[in-house]
Parts: sequence; structure tokens; C-alpha cells
Amino acid sequence: MSALGSLYARNARSVVYRGALASKSSNAVVIISGFFEPIFYLLALGFGLGSLIGTVQTQGGAEVPYAAFIAPALLAVAAMNGAIFDSTWNVFFKIKYAKLYEGMLATTLGPLDVALGEITLALSRGGLYAIGFMIVMQALGLNLAWTALLALPAVLLIAFGFAAIGMAITSYLNTFQQMDWINFVLLPMFLFSATLYPITVYPEPVQWFVQALPLWHGVELVRGLTTGVLSPLMLVHVLYYVVMVVVGLVFTTRRLRVLFLS
Amino acid sequence: MPAPVISARNLRKTYKEFVAVDELSFEVTAGESFGLLGPNGAGKSTTMRMLGAVSERTSGDLQILGLDPNDHGPEIRSRLGVVPQADNLDSELRVRENLLVYGRYFGIPRAVVARRADELLEFAQLADRAKARVDELSGGMKRRLTIARALVNEPRILLLDEPTTGLDPQARHVLWDRLFRLKEQGTTLVLTTHYMDEAEQLCDRLVVVDKGVILAEGSPASLIREYSSREVLELRFGSDRNADAVTALAGIGDRIETLPDRVLIFAADGESALEEVSRRGIESITSLVRRSSLEDVFLRLTGRTLVE
Ligand SMILES: Nc1ncnc2c1ncn2[C@@H]1O[C@H](COP(=O)(O)OP(=O)(O)O)[C@@H](O)[C@H]1O
Ligand SMILES: [Mg+2]
Repeated sequence: MSALGSLYARNARSVVYRGALASKSSNAVVIISGFFEPIFYLLALGFGLGSLIGTVQTQGGAEVPYAAFIAPALLAVAAMNGAIFDSTWNVFFKIKYAKLYEGMLATTLGPLDVALGEITLALSRGGLYAIGFMIVMQALGLNLAWTALLALPAVLLIAFGFAAIGMAITSYLNTFQQMDWINFVLLPMFLFSATLYPITVYPEPVQWFVQALPLWHGVELVRGLTTGVLSPLMLVHVLYYVVMVVVGLVFTTRRLRVLFLS
Repeated sequence: MPAPVISARNLRKTYKEFVAVDELSFEVTAGESFGLLGPNGAGKSTTMRMLGAVSERTSGDLQILGLDPNDHGPEIRSRLGVVPQADNLDSELRVRENLLVYGRYFGIPRAVVARRADELLEFAQLADRAKARVDELSGGMKRRLTIARALVNEPRILLLDEPTTGLDPQARHVLWDRLFRLKEQGTTLVLTTHYMDEAEQLCDRLVVVDKGVILAEGSPASLIREYSSREVLELRFGSDRNADAVTALAGIGDRIETLPDRVLIFAADGESALEEVSRRGIESITSLVRRSSLEDVFLRLTGRTLVE
């Protein structure tokens, strides 16, 4: 049997099926609050603050209303937060306390099935948030071009990337305290990744740093699509997330194998 | 002689320098009920995890259903049922859902799993609890659900790690009854226990393990015959008088074993040993003649009791 055969049984859907059944009993408040959070930001900042600001220039050089500038960023952030929540806290609990993966890996499932299944679940929550938010954007006239439709798969890719990296990191953590570091990283990344104002406000060295962060790539990708200002750089953003997905999957699979099959 | 379904040779597992399982060799034939008997820390669970193809051996040879778990993990796991020492039921799912989902993990079609789930709930006497939350179940019910779950892929071999530890006597008997039925239906059972009565009830053959090594092997009856006497006379003198009493008892029976709270005299005929005790004018607080058990075998082999 090939090496991949012992890691992957092509049955990640059973893990998704399990997640769907389990989510019936999950906390509705958490799910709903995750949905409304970006909408509140959009209303408060986009329209409240936006009425003082007027228009902003995007990376691509287009002048857009402030709300249309931050809405795609909030969309990317919502995808990130949804994916991270499910792939970190939930996964940590399942590894450490529920022994869920121990049970799964005693069957024919391989660690890659478990990783793919859990990441798909995490991604689908992020995806649901994104669809809801895009409908709100459409209603408020913040989708400025037809390419906004492509923002949906883009957001799924962003969620996939964050979920994969989130699960990989979580599988290496030992205590709840270490989990706090994840939030410690996420919040400043949200605030400073050219989400609420253009990256050009920073001095050049800071710009370089921000451009190395994953969220900036997500924000720029989605913003380009919803404002209709396309550029070849977007392929770099996509590639960035593809690499995140691959790296995340490889490390998660490896770690699950060490934890439960060695 | 049919080919063994499990064959272990010099099976060894170390964690860093610590040797958890040391050169175990044994075979299990199809339909047999095989036990690993030993105290806590003997290496039973470690062995079971290697048999279940979820833990890699450090060295030695292992064949499960003719396959090496290092190369054929998923294939082997598809034909095993596993009841781990600590229940790992899915507490976010209902009772029946636990079976449905577990079946899906094996890639069994939905309709087939649904039918089997109902049959297994019946078998596990949990049909009326199908929609209950796992957390609402008693310890015995959880254990039965775990066994039902382990049977969802119709395994050739069922691995049970301390199936009844922590259960009250009644729950244990219900469980033994279920396991006995499986055995009658031809399922190969491999179980670990530190209960002698359990081993005597369920095992055709067993190995006594301590500190990662096999001390003895055989059927419960043959082990008793080989390592103990037919009967045992238990005498209690009160802890401070034990030592004196032993001196006075010298020569009675085949062998005398002194425990903190009692003295055991191994003899073919317990009653006549007891007569000899009273003839010598030795007075005990209580006396009891009983049939020899695996507990005595373990004591003989290790000088210690199994469950302290
Ligand atoms: N993952 C592990 N890392 C280090 N030591 C372990 C591990 N698992 C078991 N051990 C040690 O191996 C020995 C045997 O454990 P175990 O197989 O669980 O015994 P049993 O099931 O017979 O009680 C124990 O001393 C235990 O502490
Ligand atoms: Mg154990």
C-alpha cells in the first residue's frame, strides 16, 4: 500500500457528515454573533466614520466610497475569523478532551481525511458568513463590479487557508494558554492589514511587513474583485493562500499521525 | 491447526528509554477468546494499541489477519473492532448517531449502516435509548454502546481493553453476557483485564503479563493446575499476629503465602488443611476454604496481588 493510502481514505465527507450532525447541538449564539459582527463594523465604520471620510483611493488607484473600501476587507476578516474559530478552539478541544480523533483514526480514516473534513467544516462556516455579508453588501450598493461574484470563491480560498494553518498550529499546542496567542496575533493583523485605510499611510518598511502577512493578501484580493480593479498581483494573492492550504494540510496530517498513529 | 489471526513475536514498545512492552510473543487463533491479564502498568493497553494498528511497534514481528500493521494499517483497522480502555464516544452526537457516524468512517453505505445501527442497539440493549445523549448514559450503557460501535464494521476480531473496569457487578454481568454471545457467534475476542473472575469467565486462553513481559500462558484451568493447588485455605489472624502464625503453620499444605491481611495455605484438600490447623491448636479470627483462582496464580508468579 502506498504511503498516501495510509494517510488518506478518500472519506473526508464522513468527517463533514459528523460535523453537520454535531452542529445541531452547537451554540447558536456563537454562530449568529459571528454573522453579525462584520455587519456591525460595516455600519459603524463604513457609514458612520465613512460620512466624515468620503472617498478613499484603493491600491489599484480607484477612488471609492469609504464603505466600499472597507466592506471587502471586513468580508475577508469574517472568513478568517470563522475559519480560525472552528479550526483552533474546536479542534483543540477535540484533540485534548473529546478524544474524537483517536476514535476516528481507529477506523479506516487517515489523518488527511480528518484534516480535510475538519477544515471543510471550518471553511463552510466562514463561507456562510461570507455569503450573508455579500448579500448585505449588494443591498447597500457596495459591490461595484460584476467581478464581485468572484469574491465568493476567493473568500472560500481565504477561509481554507486560515483553517488549514489554524488547525496545523493548534495540533502542536498543549495548553489553552497557548491558544491565547492566536488571538494576540489575529487582532493586530485585522487592524493593520490595510483593512480600514490604505497601506500607503505606512512608511515603506512597515508596508513590506504588512504585505508579508496573510490577511493583507486576502483583503487586497477581495477588494480588487468587489471594486472591479483587477491586477496581475491578484495571482500572487491566490498563490499565497494555495501555499497556506498545502503547508497547513501537510503539517496537520503529520501531526495527527504522530499523535494518534505512532 | 488453523492459521493464527494474530501472531506476535518479540513484540516490543519503548517510550524513550522506558520499556512498556518487552518481547511479547503469542498467537491467537480464529474464534478464540484470548486474554491479557496483568496489573496496572503491565503494558496491556500498549499491546492492544499495537494490535489495533494505531501504535507502531519499536521492534519485533506482528501480523494481524496475516498483514503487517506497519504497512497495512487501514486494511487491518477495517476488519477490527476496538473498545479502548477509556470510552471515546462522541458526546456531541446522540446514541444512534454515534453508530451511524462510526459506520460512515469505515465508508459503509448509509442504508447498510442504518440497518446495522438498529440491530446493534438491540444487541446492546439500548434500543430505547437511541435518541438519548451519550452523557445521559450510565457507565455500563456507555460501555455497551462502545462495544456496539466497535461491531458496526462486522469485525473479524474484537479488541477489548478492560471492558468492565469501573462497572458495578450487575453491569459487568450484563456485559459478560453480551460478550459471551459474540464469542458463540464466532467473533475472535482479545481482551485485557485485571479481574481474575473476568478472565475465568471469558477467556479460553490467556497470558499473564507483568512489567511488559509474559510470565505464564495457558487456559485458566491449566494455569491454576500448574501454578496453584486445587483449593486454598484463607486464614486471618489480625495483622500483627500473621508472622507468628506462619511459623506455627509450617508444613501444612503445599505452600504458604503471607499477605498483609491474611495467610493463604495452598492445598489439594482445604478442609483437611483446616483440620490440621485446629489440631495444632492455632486459632484464627476467620477461616475460609475456597477453590483456587487465577488470583492465586498471579500471586504465585509475582508475589503480589493483582488489584491492591
Ligand atoms: N504514551 C506513553 N508515553 C510514555 N509512557 C507510556 C505511554 N503509554 C504508556 N506508558 C507507560 O507504559 C507502561 C504500560 O502502560 P499501559 O500499557 O497503559 O499499561 P496497562 O494498560 O497494563 O495498565 C506504564 O508504565 C505507562 O506509564
Ligand atoms: Mg490499560
